[in-house]
Amino acid sequence: MQRYVLKRFGSLILSLFVASLVIFTVIEIAPGDPASFMLGINAQPETLAALRAELGLDQSKLQRYIAWVGGMLTGDFGTSYTYRTPVSEMVADRIGVSIPLALYALTLSITIAIPAGVYAAARRGTAPDLAVLGATQMGVAIPNFWFAMMLVLVFAIQWRVFPAGGFPGWGNGFAAGLKALTLPAIALALPQAAILTRVMRSALLDVLGEDYMRTARAKGLTARQTLWRHGLRNAMIPVLTIVGLQFSFLFAGTIIIEQVFYLPGLGRLIFQSISARDLIVVESVVMLVVFGVILINFIVDLAYAAVDPRLRDRT
Amino acid sequence: MSLLDIQNLTIRIHDKAVVEDVSLSVAPGEILAITGESGSGKSMTAFATMQLLPHGASLSGTIRLEGEDLTALPETALCARRGQAMGMVFQEPMTALNPVHTIGRQVAETIRLHTDATPAEARRQAIETLERVGLPPDRFPPERYPHELSGGQRQRVVIAMAIALRPKLLIADEPTTALDVTTQAQILKLLVRLTRADGMGMVLITHDLAVVAEHADRIAVMQHGKVVETDRTETLLRQMQHPYTRMLFEASTHQVDLPEIPRAEPLLVAENLTRSYLLPRRRLFEERARFTAVKDVSFSILKGERLGLVGESGCGKSTLTRALLGLEPLQEGRITLAGEEVRTDGRAMRDARRRLQVVFQDPFGSFNPRHRVSRLITEPLHLLDVQPTSEERASAVAEALKAVGLRPEDADRFIHEFSGGQRQRIAIARALILKPDLIIFDEAVSALDVSVRAQILDLLAALCRSHGLTYLFISHDLTVVRSVTDRVMVMRAGQIVEQGETEEVFTDPQHEYTKMLLQAAPRLPQRAELKGGPDAG
Repeated sequence: MQRYVLKRFGSLILSLFVASLVIFTVIEIAPGDPASFMLGINAQPETLAALRAELGLDQSKLQRYIAWVGGMLTGDFGTSYTYRTPVSEMVADRIGVSIPLALYALTLSITIAIPAGVYAAARRGTAPDLAVLGATQMGVAIPNFWFAMMLVLVFAIQWRVFPAGGFPGWGNGFAAGLKALTLPAIALALPQAAILTRVMRSALLDVLGEDYMRTARAKGLTARQTLWRHGLRNAMIPVLTIVGLQFSFLFAGTIIIEQVFYLPGLGRLIFQSISARDLIVVESVVMLVVFGVILINFIVDLAYAAVDPRLRDRT
Repeated sequence: MSLLDIQNLTIRIHDKAVVEDVSLSVAPGEILAITGESGSGKSMTAFATMQLLPHGASLSGTIRLEGEDLTALPETALCARRGQAMGMVFQEPMTALNPVHTIGRQVAETIRLHTDATPAEARRQAIETLERVGLPPDRFPPERYPHELSGGQRQRVVIAMAIALRPKLLIADEPTTALDVTTQAQILKLLVRLTRADGMGMVLITHDLAVVAEHADRIAVMQHGKVVETDRTETLLRQMQHPYTRMLFEASTHQVDLPEIPRAEPLLVAENLTRSYLLPRRRLFEERARFTAVKDVSFSILKGERLGLVGESGCGKSTLTRALLGLEPLQEGRITLAGEEVRTDGRAMRDARRRLQVVFQDPFGSFNPRHRVSRLITEPLHLLDVQPTSEERASAVAEALKAVGLRPEDADRFIHEFSGGQRQRIAIARALILKPDLIIFDEAVSALDVSVRAQILDLLAALCRSHGLTYLFISHDLTVVRSVTDRVMVMRAGQIVEQGETEEVFTDPQHEYTKMLLQAAPRLPQRAELKGGPDAG
């Protein structure tokens, strides 16, 4: 087990190193001068020179890479060119929205998908199964921004139970923050839950045909007990894979929903800084997102080993 | 009163009768064997008894356990009987256990399910039961996971789960089919001991007549869903009234008539073959250990000779086969084929590959289901330097199919249209099409029913006569090896411990291991022995 964790951790560090190299190369070394790109074609030569000095473009590439990585390791992500505030502060604010939102949506997705998948698998081919399958088909097909607007229409405008958008900040109380994130989380969770339900159902159907399920029945377990006690954990591997992918997506890929609900999340930050050609922010935020995704993969790997003892002894 | 009493049992799956009008009974302490070929309804009868039939199955008739009709009980009552009053052991020990739970937990589950035992108490009982089936806690702690145990040990865990609450009836469905002979002997001994000790009744389902003859008190022979003959073991084996029983018996002890070896010149010579692997590190920075799968193996095959290779799983048979086929690199040793040296670095030349062909065990998994037979069996032709024309191909296909007893028209069919035995014929046709010097049969008849197996073995003998076939026949089934080989090698832990003329090795084994193997193999009594019995009539 120790070996497995060490190995996974080693691969996490290696992935981060490679990712940092790629991001650095693409943004700083690729053809074109970052400073003139940021300022546009009409920039004054003096402004350009000042920015070049600020960005450290007069230094060697290696020095710049080391300074960039070293800065991030110590929490210094540089200063945004557009807003003139430290990137770390901007990111901290956004993460306070993005991570809770992602976790909220994922929790909803799992809470809906696992019971629904198990329910459908246990009734394979019957009307309830077909109903679940039909519902998931819709869930995948409905665009989440449209669904988000419908939610706003019904719950914010018609019934006025949830705010239509904006985020009050966690400083105004946990409940208010959660309330603001509820509709976006539901909108995000719907397609995710639909996909996860289908994965859960088919993983469980595969497991249902396994010999040990029959052994469990021969011991005297009821069909339902067999499903929950012996089936679920064995069906978890594909489900975990998808949960990991979904969390990675929810972490930074939520820009449309953030836009619909006017939420200050990471997705919007990336979008805004790209529009403003603020490469300092783009570079650091992209690295941060990559770090988050790699960390999630690492956690999923650990979860695999927790679920399946056979993986612990393998590499 | 009998413990289990099945009357007029008929099982239909989607209106097709798979078991018809079967009546059987088992007394306490008695072992009833149900035997027959695949599809005869043996397992369905067992599942019906456990009331665990697949979806779409319906049954009529009665199944009484201690007078209580199981077919009339509601599901909750059945759950209370399963594991408590009746236990079941399955064929595939490798997959019958839940891979993510410890063995202690899986045995304790049966106990906790049916009794009020506390977790600690259930665990204590589970350890006791595991010890009873030969898994003492000091060597096999209950915290072990199934993948940390061998097939035989896993089967012991399955048995422990089934007998933890000392059920009145134990159903064992092919409990030893997937196991080695020595392990098979141990597991059968264990099952018989438990039956006798607890006065448990056992239904032993097996296709292996030799197992049946040695252990069962009574035998029921099934064919096409019907019991065609049933009697006490000695009586049934002596009288064998039904032709199907006689056919099964004869097919099990089938002797083929091999032609003499034509010319005694060496075809394949293997000298000091060694194959070892680096094992993964257990700890960081630890030096990687080596596992030697094949150790200093030397042998030769004469042209036209039939050589056997026997040994238990994990002894290195398959590694040796792959090395001979040039699919795996050897660390040491050399192989010469008809005087020419073959590369042993795992990249054998096309020429060598063309001259060596192989037939594998699984007639269902070794063909691409989307290709027609003609394409399947002409696959090896890419090894030829000059590609044959389409007419040449067609005639080669027709010839190969005829040689294995199929029709040339079968070339246009798909593999799912054939039975297991026919598929194995197609596999042989595929091996024959290049007219190779040597064919390796890797457990090629192990998955077949006895009657089909007998036909395939006859086919081999016929091909020896018509094609002057030379082969290496690898099998764990000693009876088969004895019947179709001239010489035999016994392999253990990567080494050949004994080799010699087949009859000599079987009648006068020299090595302790060979003696043990032969001892462990279940043996079918000769008909002469049975006829001479005291109450022969």
